Amino acid sequence: MNLHEYQAKELLKTYGMPVPAGIAAATPDEADKAAATLGGTAWVVKAQVHAGGRGRAGGVKIVKSSKAAGEAAQGMLGTRLVTAQTGALGKQVKRVYVEQACEVAKEIYLAALVDRSLGRVAFLASSEGGEDFEEAAAAAPDKIHKLVIDSKTGLDDADALALAADLGLSGEQAIAVAKAMASVYKAFLENDASLIEINPLAVTAEGDLFALDVKMIVDDNAVFRHPEFEKLWDEAEVSAEEIEARRHELNYVPMDGNIGVMVTGAGLALAILDMLKDLGGDAADFMDVRPVATREQVAAGITMLLADANVKAILVVTMGGGVLRCDTIAEGIAIACKEAGSHVPVIVRAAGTAKELAELALNNQDIQVTFADTLADAAEKAVTAAGSAAGGS
Amino acid sequence: MGILIDGDTKVLCQGLTGATATRLSERAIAYGTKMVGGVVPGKGGQSHLHLPVFDTVAEAAQETQPDASAIFVPPASAGAAMIEAIEAEIPLAICVTERVPVLDMVRVKSALEGSNTRLIGPNSQGVITPDVCKIGVMPERPHTPGRIGIVSRSATLNYEAVDQTTVLHLGQSTSVGIGGDPVYGMSFIDCLELFFADDATEGIILIGEIGGTAEEEAAAFLKTASSKKPVVAYVAGINAPTDRRMGHAGTVDVFGEGNVTAKIEALEAAGAIIAPNAAEMGTTMRKALGGR
Repeated sequence: MNLHEYQAKELLKTYGMPVPAGIAAATPDEADKAAATLGGTAWVVKAQVHAGGRGRAGGVKIVKSSKAAGEAAQGMLGTRLVTAQTGALGKQVKRVYVEQACEVAKEIYLAALVDRSLGRVAFLASSEGGEDFEEAAAAAPDKIHKLVIDSKTGLDDADALALAADLGLSGEQAIAVAKAMASVYKAFLENDASLIEINPLAVTAEGDLFALDVKMIVDDNAVFRHPEFEKLWDEAEVSAEEIEARRHELNYVPMDGNIGVMVTGAGLALAILDMLKDLGGDAADFMDVRPVATREQVAAGITMLLADANVKAILVVTMGGGVLRCDTIAEGIAIACKEAGSHVPVIVRAAGTAKELAELALNNQDIQVTFADTLADAAEKAVTAAGSAAGGS
Repeated sequence: MGILIDGDTKVLCQGLTGATATRLSERAIAYGTKMVGGVVPGKGGQSHLHLPVFDTVAEAAQETQPDASAIFVPPASAGAAMIEAIEAEIPLAICVTERVPVLDMVRVKSALEGSNTRLIGPNSQGVITPDVCKIGVMPERPHTPGRIGIVSRSATLNYEAVDQTTVLHLGQSTSVGIGGDPVYGMSFIDCLELFFADDATEGIILIGEIGGTAEEEAAAFLKTASSKKPVVAYVAGINAPTDRRMGHAGTVDVFGEGNVTAKIEALEAAGAIIAPNAAEMGTTMRKALGGR
């Protein structure tokens, strides 16, 4: 789960991280008032969407009056911001964040994340932060410093100071960076983060330290112990289909093709996507049904695929295991197809636990089902069915 | 032979009285797995499936001397259950639980360092040596005793490889699911080392997927390995985005790294034989073994 910049900053502030004074606004008028309330002579108005690259896309504006803050907000709110990270559709801007501007002398990159290979929390830092960080880091990876934390002993002050020294900082600024790292580490652990990225962590002309932009991702698997995140979840960031899928515990990612895909198992689903592509087909989605799924959840997933006008054929691949049974999947398909009045061919490859029962459950229904014996056969049949349906329409 | 488990492996089940654990333990017993007891806090002294239940792993370990523990505990307490197994020095802990918070796994990894425990998972379907012993949630039917070692991040792709090697009369020595999470116990490398040393294993199918660097690390290990056993690799997700979670928590990478092309190139350069798709893992292995 991604947090918005203003949410992450408000959270980090409670851990002692210095952030510029700021107020979130949902209307131009609120943005105007926010600037007036904050005071000062210059402000930054920033579109709140879950994507990087906002600056270059026109999602960050520096203004010199509260009226201009309102105007900048007017230009962003309600539009879809397209950045290098959003895809062509962009993300709808529902809120802007108005902050006091500050004069930046130096931009540092600082991130905490889980290092998967080591199984530990690690900090990454670079003295060359800012908008161009990613390109710069790719060009000169040796300029990124890494500090791996032993979870038994936690973040050591001396190690944090050494990292600050690696960034070319000394004296009070080095101490301030070490303190910022301590804040980030504590926030990381207490909020089950999987990433807290501050870019830039700015040193101002006056020598003060501020987190100017924060990207924070919390672990979806740990949200159960953070009920407070429930209200930070922004439904505008995901499609209606994704919300529906989430409600039914389906792992769903929309894609661009015309073959609706439902697979029991994430790895197998990825493999099916690859096979369809090799055969010249394209999946309309990635949908992984968990082993504990009920037939109602399966039916909800199939209903979603049937409702997608792009979908010309549906491919369901199940590998019944010790928990999931093929007949559960088949019953779900039957429920959804009968409800919608089946109009697209459904290709089913059922293998493993209760596969015969699955065939029984589907054969006695008035729906367009074709069975396939192997993965290759199933993929071919789906590509053919989608191709002829698309060609005929 | 096979790896990790055999006919004498004594197995404990943490969370034994749960519905899924009960059903799968019954099936494991029917399959021949030597179950010796269960651990469920607050239910110590009871009996379930004719097995003694203990409050703690330490007590169970003292009374039943298990070689392995199957962990069927909900996500919120799975981390603590793994640490309990490690502290009780259970030689092999297998955690099937899905959706364990990753920071809990960071703590588990720390507990594993210098311990006497091998951990498999979490989010693993388990380990099976066909007709000898099964610990986990995999279906029994497609498995047959044989010559191929299988190690996979994905359970269902693992079953596909099992199915294919069974149909081709190659069979399996042992099949291991290392799990689809970003932080986990035994790696591809740990399993490859065991399979290389196992007399019953003539070839190994390694199944990876998008996200992380486990396949690249396996490739670096293969480069230096002296074993002549063929390794067939399949890596799923060449057409998937790396910035989205594709089911498994381990498929998403916060920096969009872990793309499949790089993994396949690394494995191929290290001498692995790449299966062109998931339907041809078995036939690729048969070819690698010279059609035997």
